[in-house]
Amino acid sequence: MEFVSPEGLRLDGRRPMEMRQIRAEIGAVSSADGSAVFEMGNTKVIAAVYGPREVQNRGQQLNDQALVRCEYSMANFSVGDRARRPKGDRRSIEISLVIRQTMEACILTHLMPRSQIDIFVQVLQADGGTRSACINAATLALADAGIPMRDLVTSCSAGYLNSTPLLDLNYVEDSAGGPDVTVGILPKLDKVTLLQMDAKLPKETFEDVMELAIQGCKAVAQYIREVSTQNFIFLASVSQLSVIRNLSMLHISYLLAQTNEWSI
Amino acid sequence: MLHSKSFVRTTRGGAVKKGVQVVREHYLRDDIYCGSPSCTVCDTKNARLSSSAPKVLVVDTNVVLNQIDLLENPAIEDVVVLSVVLEEVKNKNLSVYNRLRALCSSSARKFFVFSNEFHKDTYVKAMVGESPNDRNDRALNIFTIGRSSAIRVATQWYQNHLGGSTQVLLITNDKENKRKASGEGLSAETVETYVKSLGRPELLDLVVLPTNGDVAMEEAEDLRPSKRQVIYAEHKPMSEITSGLHRGIYHQGKLRINRYNPFEAYVGSESIGDEIVIHGRVNMNRAFDGDVVAVELLPQDQWQDVKSLSIAEDEDEEEEDVHLVPNSADDAPRNTTSDGAGGSTGLVSCRPSGRVVGIIKRNWHSYCGSLEPKPLPAGGGGIAHALFVSKDRRIPKIRIQTRQLGNLLDKRIIVTVHSWDRMSRYPFGHYVRTIGAVGDRDTESEVVLIENDINSGPFSTQVLACLPPLPWTLSPEDLANPNRQDLRHVRVFSVDPPDIADVTNFVHPGTPLDEEAACRGTSVYLVERRIDMLPKPLTEDVCSLKSDVERLAFSVIWEMTPEAEIISTRYTKSVIKSCAAMSYVEAQARMDDSRLVDPLTQDLRNLNTLAKIMRLRRIERGALTLASAEVKFQLDTETHDPLDIGMYQIREANQMIEEFMLAANVSVAEKILKHFPLCSLLRRHPVPTKEMLEPLLRTAAAVGLDLDISSSKALADSLDRAVGDDPYFNKLIRILATRCMTQAVYFCSGDLTPPEFLHYGLAAPLYTHFTSPIRRFADVIVHRLLGAALGICKLPPIFQDRAQLTSIADNLNYRHRNAQMASRASVELHTLIYFKNQPTDTEARILKIRSNGFIVFVPKFGIEGPVFLMKKGETGSEWVVDEAHQRVTKASSKICFTILQTIRIHLEVVEIQPNRKKLQLTLM
Repeated sequence: MEFVSPEGLRLDGRRPMEMRQIRAEIGAVSSADGSAVFEMGNTKVIAAVYGPREVQNRGQQLNDQALVRCEYSMANFSVGDRARRPKGDRRSIEISLVIRQTMEACILTHLMPRSQIDIFVQVLQADGGTRSACINAATLALADAGIPMRDLVTSCSAGYLNSTPLLDLNYVEDSAGGPDVTVGILPKLDKVTLLQMDAKLPKETFEDVMELAIQGCKAVAQYIREVSTQNFIFLASVSQLSVIRNLSMLHISYLLAQTNEWSI
Repeated sequence: MLHSKSFVRTTRGGAVKKGVQVVREHYLRDDIYCGSPSCTVCDTKNARLSSSAPKVLVVDTNVVLNQIDLLENPAIEDVVVLSVVLEEVKNKNLSVYNRLRALCSSSARKFFVFSNEFHKDTYVKAMVGESPNDRNDRALNIFTIGRSSAIRVATQWYQNHLGGSTQVLLITNDKENKRKASGEGLSAETVETYVKSLGRPELLDLVVLPTNGDVAMEEAEDLRPSKRQVIYAEHKPMSEITSGLHRGIYHQGKLRINRYNPFEAYVGSESIGDEIVIHGRVNMNRAFDGDVVAVELLPQDQWQDVKSLSIAEDEDEEEEDVHLVPNSADDAPRNTTSDGAGGSTGLVSCRPSGRVVGIIKRNWHSYCGSLEPKPLPAGGGGIAHALFVSKDRRIPKIRIQTRQLGNLLDKRIIVTVHSWDRMSRYPFGHYVRTIGAVGDRDTESEVVLIENDINSGPFSTQVLACLPPLPWTLSPEDLANPNRQDLRHVRVFSVDPPDIADVTNFVHPGTPLDEEAACRGTSVYLVERRIDMLPKPLTEDVCSLKSDVERLAFSVIWEMTPEAEIISTRYTKSVIKSCAAMSYVEAQARMDDSRLVDPLTQDLRNLNTLAKIMRLRRIERGALTLASAEVKFQLDTETHDPLDIGMYQIREANQMIEEFMLAANVSVAEKILKHFPLCSLLRRHPVPTKEMLEPLLRTAAAVGLDLDISSSKALADSLDRAVGDDPYFNKLIRILATRCMTQAVYFCSGDLTPPEFLHYGLAAPLYTHFTSPIRRFADVIVHRLLGAALGICKLPPIFQDRAQLTSIADNLNYRHRNAQMASRASVELHTLIYFKNQPTDTEARILKIRSNGFIVFVPKFGIEGPVFLMKKGETGSEWVVDEAHQRVTKASSKICFTILQTIRIHLEVVEIQPNRKKLQLTLM
């Protein structure tokens, strides 16, 4: 099948190196300590973060760092075929693990020993790239909850179809069966925290595809920073006190640095 | 790297089968350009239209679908193809789509694809809610309306965008669309009026006029009701065919028409597991050779016996009844027990017959041929109707309209078919182009090439630009390359082309040269010329291993014991300096000349000894020695007319070289498969099934021969034992055996399981082609694979993609087969030229028995053809076929012909139908 026309347009009208439209909203679940909705085109996920709080199951408590837990699920209405997805299927468990590990790599867990951070992500609408969208949403939710982090983790996927590297595959492209490289990075530190691919690719091509995905991550990072900065300014103007109570010192300084950077 | 553009995003929903809403994103862009190089607003980097075009044409889908031949004519330029049109064409007719795509990507033409669906100003909402999956009428209607309004919107945009200096003309044959366009202030014309305005009457022949045809027919029906009768049964609608196929009352398969009898066709049906025979044009119901059809079986009492299968003569095309040979089977004594096949013979001999009820996929393309002569109409310039007779006998005559009848009468022309209604005995078609004068040797050769889809055009400048600078000499870099071994000090010599030039050093993947070669697939050998796969400088100089020049090669080096046991195998790119480039004849002469004791001759003799051992061992394993009737022409050096024909002689030197080539191919196949188990290009020869060998067994049984076909070894042995009373008998049996086998084919190793890799004829579990990269593209691919296996070069990305490799293998098989067909057709053509002035009497052998004659084979000239026992129109059958003994006997006398019998025949070229010369074989 032709995924990129000779005119250089993909099925949905994007060019190979273009992402879908992204949109983020912070604070979608008021009962959670932090939450965010993240959209990449028609993929829409919601993330809620609770914590740091007391560890529920004492046996799991870690004395030198915080326990990070993650639960990924897909809403039954998120895909067209309305198949009932049993909770805790292999795929969900795998993605939960992936998200947990990625987030753990950026949370400063040693600052919060003997506590627990719960990250819930749910896919509201699935159109490819749910993994990346979940990570991006979780980052925003963690930031919203004021959890100290090394950097924002952002994620984006890229694939390789019709001998062309394609950024941010949608469902149709994803189900073509080609390679799908999901990358998560710490944009400021320029470090990769997640790299997944379940297909074969020649080394040279793989590097191109991965580079493209990293570019995508950086674009997402830029957007997420804008959104969180704006959110911070908004919150600060509404009630400075409540914000400061929720944010750890480190995070404040980080956000302030951001604000300075954006010269507001 | 990333573009951030202002998008207008809309979503497109469509109902699919399960009734679930599918929502897809659809981005509208502001960076889709108009394609005119003189545009001041748009990016002109990819502009394709001419800079000062007075007119830009926007074509409608129906125009593309029906008038693709016209669009391919260089007179039509500056065409804008909208993506909505492309999409619809793709859904309706893939081959037209591919031709249109070729036009759009050709640098010689000015066709521009405008992605109107993604342009913010030309996206039309009306299409929302309808997906191309909806095929019911209402949806289709809405879809069509949406499409035509999208076309008009895009036309309007173009007109506004390009301004007054350029006229944007919408070409459509859809009346409604044209009317609306005019209403909206757009200029719109039908194809016909546009072509007329060009003032080139010959182009009008290319225009397909389906509606006019219909009108004329209705009138004719009123005037002459007797003439306009329904000839063919109506095709069943697709829905009925599908359900019929499901319920098992219809059977699907590809229709193949008998080469010797265009009124007889076969449909290989998987649901029946046998071939369904279809007799007569009425039962074939307008199906062409190669069409995928749905067939309904006739009641069993209407099934015709195999024995009555006859060979048809050309001239009786009008009266089909002649061919319905009286069923001799009923009065013939049924002798079913003698040949050991037992009770099943009754069933086997009576094959199911059927009739076509619908055509699932048409295989219409263009055909070469000439017009049936007819007097020129008075006045000359007007429209004349003519019947086109294809060179390929399996194609019926085609009705065409032309305004240049006088010009075309004695020409070979190309015609395509566009419709065939049930009122007409013949299909309707239209003229595409002229090749040349009938009977001219060059024209006829061209016809052979066109019929086999062979590109004989010169290489484009882009391709030639990929060649290394000439004259080419060995560069120090090549020598310094650690992967290249210097073998110049070794005594290397070549016999024909045994050592393998390093073609991949010059043909790099992804270059135009590579693409062209991949497309051509193989060099084609005609009697008088050769069509190269690679440009001449490569084939005849840089990659030709001439004597005493340094050349790059890819070598397989064996170390062998005197018993021809391989001790070690090594593969390396190398530099060689051949000390002698010999032909087979020279090599043979050297070996045979006992006075010569120079090192070169000694080497040759040693190699020959080894080859003999290897050959013996191969035959031991069960390799078949098959035979084919290869002939060799001696051509006049000036005129290229054939002077003499003879069988191609095979020498020991040929066999010696063949042996080493086989060994190299096998070694390389093993090596590449080890490294790339999923993406190696190999060659296999499928084991023939029992049914395929059935004709051979029947023939053998008739002459009292017992063939064991249980394995290739058994078959090889029994073929060796099959010695008749004359020297040619064995070869004849081998030729028959060869014909029962399928062709060896290239395949991608990931597609099949290892047991299927077997090469039956060579009795080799693995085989590939490595030895002739100059003339076969498969070898080029294998060279690259081997290079990658040795770590010399990187594996090109196409090898990662199994689907792509499979499609390459398919193309190679297709090209290979066509090249063979073309060679054969060229031999046939030259045979005809040779016998034109010299009718000859010669010996022939009977190959197949039919009720009204037999197919004979002339060993001396390698000719095969029908010989008739009855004269044309003679119906009373005195001849009785005896299936079991494969013989035909005349009832009244004792004259009897048996299969493989030697007879004397008379060869003569006759022109039965004008413009269709043919070699006639008559019994003496």
